[in-house]
Amino acid sequence: MATSYETFEYDVLVIGAGGAGLRAAIEASAAGVSVGLVCKSLLGKAHTVMAEGGMAAAMGNVDDRDSWKVHFADTMRGGQYVNNWRMAELHAKEAPSRVHELEAWGAVFDRTKEGKISQRNFGGHRYPRLAHVGDRTGLEMIRTLQDHGIHQGITVHMEWTIVTLLKDGDRIAGAFGYDRERGRFKIFKAKAVVIASGGLGRAFKITSNSWEGTGDGHSLAYHAGAELVDMEFIQFHPTGMIWPPSVQGILVTESVRGEGGVLRNKDGKRFMYDDIPDNYKSQTSTDPEEGWRYTQNDKNARRPPELLTRDHVARCINREVKAGRGSPHGGVFLDISWIKEKIPNAPEHIKKKLPSMYHQFMQLANLDITKEPMEVGPTTHYAMGGVRVNGDTQMSSVPGLFAAGECAAGLHGANRLGGNSLSDLLVFGKRAGEFAAKYAKENPNVQLNDAQIEEAAKHALEPFEHGAAEGGSADGPYQVQHELQNMMQDLVGIVRREDEMQKALENLQKMKERASKVAVYGHREYNPGWHTALDLKHLLTISEATTLAALERKESRGGHFREDFPDKSTEDAKMNIVLKKGPDGKMQLRREPIPPMPEELKQVIEEMSK
Amino acid sequence: MSTVTFKIWRGDKESGKLVDYTTEASEGMVVLDVVHKIQATQANDMACRWNCKAGKCGSCSAEINGKPSLMCMTRLDMIPIDKPVTIQPMRAFPSIRDLVTDVSWNFRVKKKIKQFKPRPPDAPDGTWRMQQEDVDRVQEFRKCIECFLCQDVCHVLRDHHKHEEFIGPRYLVYTAALEMHPLDTEDRIPELKEAHGIGYCNITKCCTKVCPEHITITDNAIIPLKERVVDDFYDPLGWLWKILRPKG
Repeated sequence: MATSYETFEYDVLVIGAGGAGLRAAIEASAAGVSVGLVCKSLLGKAHTVMAEGGMAAAMGNVDDRDSWKVHFADTMRGGQYVNNWRMAELHAKEAPSRVHELEAWGAVFDRTKEGKISQRNFGGHRYPRLAHVGDRTGLEMIRTLQDHGIHQGITVHMEWTIVTLLKDGDRIAGAFGYDRERGRFKIFKAKAVVIASGGLGRAFKITSNSWEGTGDGHSLAYHAGAELVDMEFIQFHPTGMIWPPSVQGILVTESVRGEGGVLRNKDGKRFMYDDIPDNYKSQTSTDPEEGWRYTQNDKNARRPPELLTRDHVARCINREVKAGRGSPHGGVFLDISWIKEKIPNAPEHIKKKLPSMYHQFMQLANLDITKEPMEVGPTTHYAMGGVRVNGDTQMSSVPGLFAAGECAAGLHGANRLGGNSLSDLLVFGKRAGEFAAKYAKENPNVQLNDAQIEEAAKHALEPFEHGAAEGGSADGPYQVQHELQNMMQDLVGIVRREDEMQKALENLQKMKERASKVAVYGHREYNPGWHTALDLKHLLTISEATTLAALERKESRGGHFREDFPDKSTEDAKMNIVLKKGPDGKMQLRREPIPPMPEELKQVIEEMSK
Repeated sequence: MSTVTFKIWRGDKESGKLVDYTTEASEGMVVLDVVHKIQATQANDMACRWNCKAGKCGSCSAEINGKPSLMCMTRLDMIPIDKPVTIQPMRAFPSIRDLVTDVSWNFRVKKKIKQFKPRPPDAPDGTWRMQQEDVDRVQEFRKCIECFLCQDVCHVLRDHHKHEEFIGPRYLVYTAALEMHPLDTEDRIPELKEAHGIGYCNITKCCTKVCPEHITITDNAIIPLKERVVDDFYDPLGWLWKILRPKG
């Protein structure tokens, strides 16, 4: 009997307690409905805490030429125009209010001389736009939301994991999961569910994502019938640590470049000047002196090419390494220490502006960034793709199922600008919470289906049965996970090809077979082997979605680069790739034309490209 | 490559013991890497918390050779590995399993502290003005990653188990961040003295020493709060003024 599991009933259930989940929970709760919040880790540890650079909002505190229009145009240009333009519009218009709201809840941003919130330069943003706190902006944001949220009457279930979503006919009805501490199954009955589960970087070997980034939300929504979109677009952040090996993938914030850091190859050459894309030529400096002035907020200077969009910078680094011009450990050099030629007290200045980078390199690599260059290389960082949602309400194609933040798609198109993630979490977290609460108020109660719950429970315990039956001969969960990560890195990574991706698809089928048989040992209490086994289903689902979509898009755009189709295609520029679970359980793909942009938004883009 | 032996505490609420694991370590590895390697190859079910692996989330707190530390920020070349390395869970909190402890008390304590209450906005557009030098100190406190190592090392909690009477260094820093926030209008001094037990702290500075964010917990947060308590409750002139000052 399913009813023997502990059951919780909420109007709105939020899955994930990073920036988007917390903001959604706060908003839904403020609307007067009951809210439950489930998170895989302790509260305040979600991946948002890792965000360093800042949150983009056109407040115009540092450069008053900035406005929502410029921010909108920058976001669309960065996303190479396959974005959901409605989301890009809402995001640009609402981000400033969301930042001010954080200040009202206690956030303490760095200040301008006039005492306003300071804003910094970042890749792809025309004007200094990122509200920040040194290089620990994500921590400031998650702590502010957490400290505000705990007083709002939200029930938080920490260290619980959702295994599957529950349905009542076509509608969402709740979720089924377990608490990590005891391994006991739990049922959530909810009229609306907001997925805010973050990213999927753990499908790749080199990633900035923590163990949590296994694409749970993408996969939960997909298996519940929701559509995924833009799954081919994965952001490889250009600057991850590469040495020593155990820190490979850990992020080196873009603010290093925003503060004047430069990229050089082994010959000491600033190779970014070699390749400036046409659509950025008018905004990019051709002389290093002008680039330096830009980083020091000279309004008449144009940005240095190190601050071009992340997809482009990552590919340039890749090119240097492949051409044999890389650093000793297979990356390139990122140097901030050189600014001592320009300003007095440079070491102190660097430590003040980039405290956690200084700390991270001292502690993990035994390297003083005020004296020496860092070695960096691309790392899997962010999924532009995700659950397809309505731009205004954040509701997916499943009634009552909402998504916000990284696991939702649309805002960023083919490539996300740095700083647009934290603002995304706030703008669309709020909207998801607001509309989920509205949906819950307007719709009747749901019924749970016992058979669906029993099936999920049985399935979740199979790894233990395999462990008991096979006596040590079966694959362990970590083996399959490592092989998957290596394969995705090699075959569906930063540079893609038809034959390699076909091979990946074949391997994925075999891995699915193996994943369904992995064995775990021990008890259900806080057993990471078991948790890893259950996460495999999500990793395999999103890996298949990424590979299928990447095969379909026969062009190179943003975070998707095809060696066999290195140019943009005018046909593919007009469509998104949508994935859905078919009635036979197989993944179905379709090309969907991008809806035409309203005249006034077209005009904004034209005006801004002058 | 070198061979290392880790003695890791395995057990639960009821009982547990140190278990030896030997594995190969390579250049640049941190303690958490070794624990992960053991978990992936020798002990799939060994429980440990971690998230960011870069000292930013404060999840992987443990006691390495007895010293409260973040496992992700402790490089093997910072500790002696020619003899076995002992890894134990934080002692100030009840065990759940292996290296994972029940830190829920911390979350309950935070909820008892009065939340941020800003003054009305300074500008008509609903925003405030603050100078950088006025927020520097609060920003230091707000660097806290809530790893709870300061709580773990504090003898009031660790040895004397005063969890019901004392909120610990983490929440004194939290209170200080609120009290010294230029916009805040709330008063948390009365409960600091009574319910939150600031008097228990006898400023041995152990918390400051283990803080991975290098927050000067004792000097910058706790001592100024103690001074405010003294000013409010024990200063005879201040006391007199409170009684005699014109009302309304």
